[in-house]
Amino acid sequence: MSGVLVVLEQRRGAWNRMSWEALAGGQQLAAETGQPLLAAVAGAGLKELCADLERKPAATAYAVEHPLLEPYSADGFCAAYEQLIRRLDPSFILFPHTYQVRDFAPKLAARFGQTLVADVIGLHVDGGRPAFVRQLLQGKLNADYRHSGAGPCFASLQSGACSADTLAEGACQVETFTPALEAAQIRCRTEAPVRAGEQTVDLASAPLIVSVGRGIKEKDNLPMMEELARALGAELAASRPICDSGWLPMERQVGSSGQTVSPKVYIAVGISGAIQHLVGMKGSKTVVAINKDENAPIFEVADYGIVGDLFEVVPALTAAVRKVRGA
Amino acid sequence: MKIIVAIKQVPARDSAVRIDAAGKWIDEQDLTFEINEPDAYALETGLLLKEKHGGEVVVVCAGPERAAPTIREALAKGADRAIHIESGDLAAIDTLEVARRLAAAVSGEQADLILTGLQSDDLGLGQTGVVMAEILGIPHATIIMEVEKRDGAIRVKRELEDGWFQWLELPLPALLTIQSGISKLRYATLMGIKKAKTKEVRRVTPAPAAPAGVFLERVFLPQRKKETQMIAGTPAEAASSLAAILKSEVRVI
Repeated sequence: MSGVLVVLEQRRGAWNRMSWEALAGGQQLAAETGQPLLAAVAGAGLKELCADLERKPAATAYAVEHPLLEPYSADGFCAAYEQLIRRLDPSFILFPHTYQVRDFAPKLAARFGQTLVADVIGLHVDGGRPAFVRQLLQGKLNADYRHSGAGPCFASLQSGACSADTLAEGACQVETFTPALEAAQIRCRTEAPVRAGEQTVDLASAPLIVSVGRGIKEKDNLPMMEELARALGAELAASRPICDSGWLPMERQVGSSGQTVSPKVYIAVGISGAIQHLVGMKGSKTVVAINKDENAPIFEVADYGIVGDLFEVVPALTAAVRKVRGA
Repeated sequence: MKIIVAIKQVPARDSAVRIDAAGKWIDEQDLTFEINEPDAYALETGLLLKEKHGGEVVVVCAGPERAAPTIREALAKGADRAIHIESGDLAAIDTLEVARRLAAAVSGEQADLILTGLQSDDLGLGQTGVVMAEILGIPHATIIMEVEKRDGAIRVKRELEDGWFQWLELPLPALLTIQSGISKLRYATLMGIKKAKTKEVRRVTPAPAAPAGVFLERVFLPQRKKETQMIAGTPAEAASSLAAILKSEVRVI
């Protein structure tokens, strides 16, 4: 058993960029454990896409090709990757922690009698053994997880766990791997993806964003936030629970299931800062956090923080901003 | 339609947590516990399906003694009966073992549908349901927002990234992991609470645990990624300091 296999993700001929971060994690793990780096991607008609892999640092990349792998299904992907892993017998299998990976990787790991170390935010190797850093309790604590015992180790890396900028240039051999699949193995029928409604707000290009979370408590408290946003000339955004409750439309949701934003200033009000939210706003140039809990994980990524009751701080801030702007 | 809902009991969302003396978990003394929020939505989805199509909702939970009130609350909300897998060793076992216990406890039930939350609020590994489906040999779908019953099948709306969705159809029996926030959660009624006292909670002892393949070695406080400048003072003072910073340092207003 040897090798670090990184499972890359593509959708209809386009790479998921988190694939390269996972590959960077694989590169680090391969170097620090002295094992070869391998990569794989599954789908149908991958030839053109796989040309991108030739300069990647993996020794070999496997194009796992089969007509039944398009569209994606957990049954198809598990069957295909199970065959590849049995053939390569790697020590580690790394994935980007995408929604697709969350759907099939736990099942795949279980076939090897393993538990996936999911949603890893950092990786460090000591004595040739990796520790995978994960969040607990919505980011209140971190923990080191380790794999023990026999068999391959499966882990999925959250966006930002490793940087794609560290990827070395290499000469990667691309091979086609054709798994044995039958249509009857795929038990679900998928329809084409759809997007909910027309976008009416472009958070991605907004220079200032005021974002509101659970701390707001009730929909009736939203006008206070709207007023702050107006005073600043900012767009109003929210964390998931606010949009789930229907208090703001889904298109104003920032996070892994919503928008990814990178404003000059992101003001997070009453947002605790779970990883699913952080991945959507970590590109912000300056982050301001207002929260009553001084241990809220949002302060870990904040440049400026105010610990306090948002119902007192927000109206005061609106007034202060108006005063500074002379309005 | 016979529906199983797998639930977990976790520390209450607003809990102030402290790392325990061994540095391997949190100090559970003085903590309050509640149903894992995504599991509450799984339960709600199960109850709505039962109200529409008839049948039975059975709650299954692997947890220590303290999980009993959380199970009773699920019964008070309308589940018909429950299975409590006595598991005082959750900190020592991995997801595969938890899923094995849940699968073993429900394998004799011949359920049409198994529901659970997409992840737990404490560990957040997000895979117990998927692994349970694999062990039971049934198809699954994850991060589900809507469920429509069909003849011998179920059509579900799955959340993808960046505001995309996808519908898919699965033959029954199947397992779904339910997204938070997809419906309004009900409260237990007084009548429900009264009825729950007489509902069956079957206690089962799990088979001896297999050695954990993945283990939590150390718990620690997250390190700040940035040097955070904390702005002190009364709300009014802090607000005017921040406004001044936004003008003169960040230069956005």
